[in-house]
Amino acid sequence: MKKIVLAVMTTISGLVMLFSYRTSTQNVANTTPEATDSGSTRSDAGTTTTAPSATASAGSTGSAPSSGGDGAYTGGAVETRWGTVQVEITVENGKITSADAVQFPNDNPRDQQINAYAVPALNAEVVKAQSASIDAVSGATVTSNGYLESLQSAIDAAHLG
Amino acid sequence: MPTQVTVVTDRQQDVPRRAFVAQIMGLPVSIHVRGPQALRPGVAAAVEAAFSELRADEAMFSTWLPDSPVRRISDGRDRLVDAHPRIRHVAALCELAGHRTGGSFAAWLPGPDGRQCFDPTGLVKGWAVEQAFTALLADLCKLGPHDALVCAGGDIAVACNRTDTPGWVVAVEDPRNRSHTLRSLELRTGTVATSGTAARGTHIVDPATGTAADGLQSATVIGPKLTWADVYATAAFVKGAAALPWIATLPDHAGILVGTDGTVSTISGIKPGAHATRGSSLASTG
Repeated sequence: MKKIVLAVMTTISGLVMLFSYRTSTQNVANTTPEATDSGSTRSDAGTTTTAPSATASAGSTGSAPSSGGDGAYTGGAVETRWGTVQVEITVENGKITSADAVQFPNDNPRDQQINAYAVPALNAEVVKAQSASIDAVSGATVTSNGYLESLQSAIDAAHLG
Repeated sequence: MPTQVTVVTDRQQDVPRRAFVAQIMGLPVSIHVRGPQALRPGVAAAVEAAFSELRADEAMFSTWLPDSPVRRISDGRDRLVDAHPRIRHVAALCELAGHRTGGSFAAWLPGPDGRQCFDPTGLVKGWAVEQAFTALLADLCKLGPHDALVCAGGDIAVACNRTDTPGWVVAVEDPRNRSHTLRSLELRTGTVATSGTAARGTHIVDPATGTAADGLQSATVIGPKLTWADVYATAAFVKGAAALPWIATLPDHAGILVGTDGTVSTISGIKPGAHATRGSSLASTG
């Protein structure tokens, strides 16, 4: 159990460090508002997110939460080409179960346009994991050879004309 | 047939519904249509036109056909600058995908001889299906209000033009047991794409290292456009655990990641008007 808690702590600290790094980078880059639209900012976000994965940065507790228990933890501000966001992670039973952006500037028409598509609330709209009335199954690419064994073929078969 | 899901056929009995399946680009492509003409020849013709469009894209973009235009570019026999506008458009989208994913997606990869080869396959499937589906919706509109769904090898786009139907229920496969599903969501419009190794084994290469990505079992991305949901799902799979915070910064997109240890993580994406709740503790989500 102790091992698990430590793993969680290091995971969280990894995330926190990841965000802290981005924040400090951003403080330099954010001298002009236009920076949010520039390619350099975009690649900045890309670089930091492809940095060694959060779970790999074990060995340092950094600014990790003092208790390694369940709960929600908010990272530092992340500058994206769409504006500033903060990512909040939720830890349940020692595992990160969700990541949500918790801040987003929504005070200009462009942002509202970007957000015109409503992201489905995964938790609220989850039907049943084994729902009977499924219309399609998203999974790793099924080849033609694998089709007959796929769930999708069973669904299709029920509606073929 | 090894399936755990009972398919209910009596749902929406009053709205005719029909499924069509074709094998294109090495993939099973399923199209479902709900609406007054679903069982009539007009809808069948519209669906066949969509399949034809996909076959035309296959002929143009296949890297397997020895003389396809894209294969000729990949082999160095033809130049990209001289290519058909559709191919140059796809090449430009691939460039954009590289930028938007921080380099986790690339259409130029070193071939067996070390030379950089053009292979837009990772983007073409989603893009081609999105194009064909958009054209299908326009055709169906002429026949009355219809809902439609396309599933191409596990990547899905849906649309509803009726008001008396429920949304389409899209399930996400469990990569550990492919006859089970992990989550289901009801969508009236939108797309769902999954990248993973469950169906074809290790085949997704990290452009940064040239080696096969293995940080996740599967990555699913939900968003408005199939081209981008598909690209982002591939990029997320390449990023591995780092995909979790990355997807959260993509507006209009949500995600479901399955880690190598089986942990399922959901990413709700940026919510309009959401504000920081630093330090607060959210209630657990089931």
